[in-house]
Amino acid sequence: MSSSVLFDTPGPRTKARHRLYAVIGGAVLAGLVGLLVWRMWTTGQFAYELWEPFLTPAYIQVLLVDGLLKTLQMAFLSIIFAVVFGLVFGVGKLSEHSFVRWPCWLVVEFFRAVPLLLLIIFIFYAFGVGDGFGAYWSVVFGLTLYNGSVLAEVFRAGIQAVPHGQGEAAYAIGMRKTQVMTIVLLPQGVKIMLPAIISQCVVALKDTSLGYYITAPGLTFVGKQIYGEFGNQLQTVLVVASLYIASNLVLTWVATWVQHRFVGEKKPLEVSVVGAPGTGGEA
Amino acid sequence: MDDIANDPGLVLNAFWVTIQLAVLSGLASLVLGTLLAAMRVGPVGVLAKFGTVYVSVVRNTPLLVIFVLVFIAAPTLDLLVKTPFLVKGVVALTIYTSAFVCEAIRSGINSVSLGQAEAARAIGLTFGATMSQVVLPQAFRATVPPLASVLIALAKNTSVAAAFGLAEATARMRGITNNNADDRWLIFMTFAIGYIIIVEVMSAGAITLERRWRVSR
Repeated sequence: MSSSVLFDTPGPRTKARHRLYAVIGGAVLAGLVGLLVWRMWTTGQFAYELWEPFLTPAYIQVLLVDGLLKTLQMAFLSIIFAVVFGLVFGVGKLSEHSFVRWPCWLVVEFFRAVPLLLLIIFIFYAFGVGDGFGAYWSVVFGLTLYNGSVLAEVFRAGIQAVPHGQGEAAYAIGMRKTQVMTIVLLPQGVKIMLPAIISQCVVALKDTSLGYYITAPGLTFVGKQIYGEFGNQLQTVLVVASLYIASNLVLTWVATWVQHRFVGEKKPLEVSVVGAPGTGGEA
Repeated sequence: MDDIANDPGLVLNAFWVTIQLAVLSGLASLVLGTLLAAMRVGPVGVLAKFGTVYVSVVRNTPLLVIFVLVFIAAPTLDLLVKTPFLVKGVVALTIYTSAFVCEAIRSGINSVSLGQAEAARAIGLTFGATMSQVVLPQAFRATVPPLASVLIALAKNTSVAAAFGLAEATARMRGITNNNADDRWLIFMTFAIGYIIIVEVMSAGAITLERRWRVSR
């Protein structure tokens, strides 16, 4: 903590004061945690029956196979589709023809501004119910449209982040538009985009949980069945949440590694806010 | 579509709940997020650790799981039992969004380079002047775009409350869709446009602020 814009390097007296703050702060936090644990104790949340399903092999298998695996599958499928969708519309947004550019812009902005749950519910009731393709694919397609639109923005920004000279040089040696894009710009852009694409996988993985509302399979749905049977809501939430957190931390770790390996310490890609004509961040 | 045509209030009331959720949890998570950011960038190790853990846990948990925690698991601890649904929704959204607010603010502070503070001290500005004249104005400006996208995401995330019995816009759309199978597209577009208006208004506001505070370099 020696170099911060917010304060000078502390001297001995300030250090002593900081130690005091640390003790007070630590005590307050420990008190809060203690209060919570005491609450859990008095309401009998540590009873073995409530934790039993998570120690029973059959339930662990259900949790991991029907839950985690299905969730990962949904996230994986939707990201694959979303990359294709994003590539098409991202490149479309960079087109020289306004009759290509505008529809692409409209589609991307629409799906980025509409809440994912609204989209999933609509897809489910319009195409998924009854003879349709079911809840599983409703979630996958909803995720594809949303993440695809976000990725379209990522692709656009990534391609534009390639230095101008590259494209110009490619034109100068006589390449066509398609060649410039596929041989020169995209391969260089992908390097810059990779971390952003992997972070989007985390978003997709988290958003698969929205399938809960239309009873699509996945971790959250399995969790609902377990606490429906055993009445152990808190324990189930804790277990399900830790499974999500663990998978996401692995993904985040991969993203950081890729960033270091392929991009170096350069600033991560900036993606514009919904509705902004081309500047900003994401969430 | 007849339902909406006969009673436009149905849609407007639902969006009113959405807006209430968004504004209340937006304000609450700005407060909590700023507090967390202060803890994370502050000199006290324990608090900084706590902030880091909170952010990485919450950011990697789906919002829906946090809603399950607040709406379904908390009552088994005798917490939040008689609380109105709107308040519970605000609590869940605040727990989630404050982690993102914290990160937005922290990235704003990190964007000010150390040389700025050092130069300010070198020309003899006091600590207060360094903060108020040099560091915080720059940090504040850099915070606007990421904070705006966090709040826009929050406005969209209020839709998750639909799964927990809050009659906001997404829940209302589901209800109306159930009764009017023929007009699904129109109903969907009506609600989608409602959300788009909210998002566009927030986005336009953020862009205006950004332009106003931008410094020509």
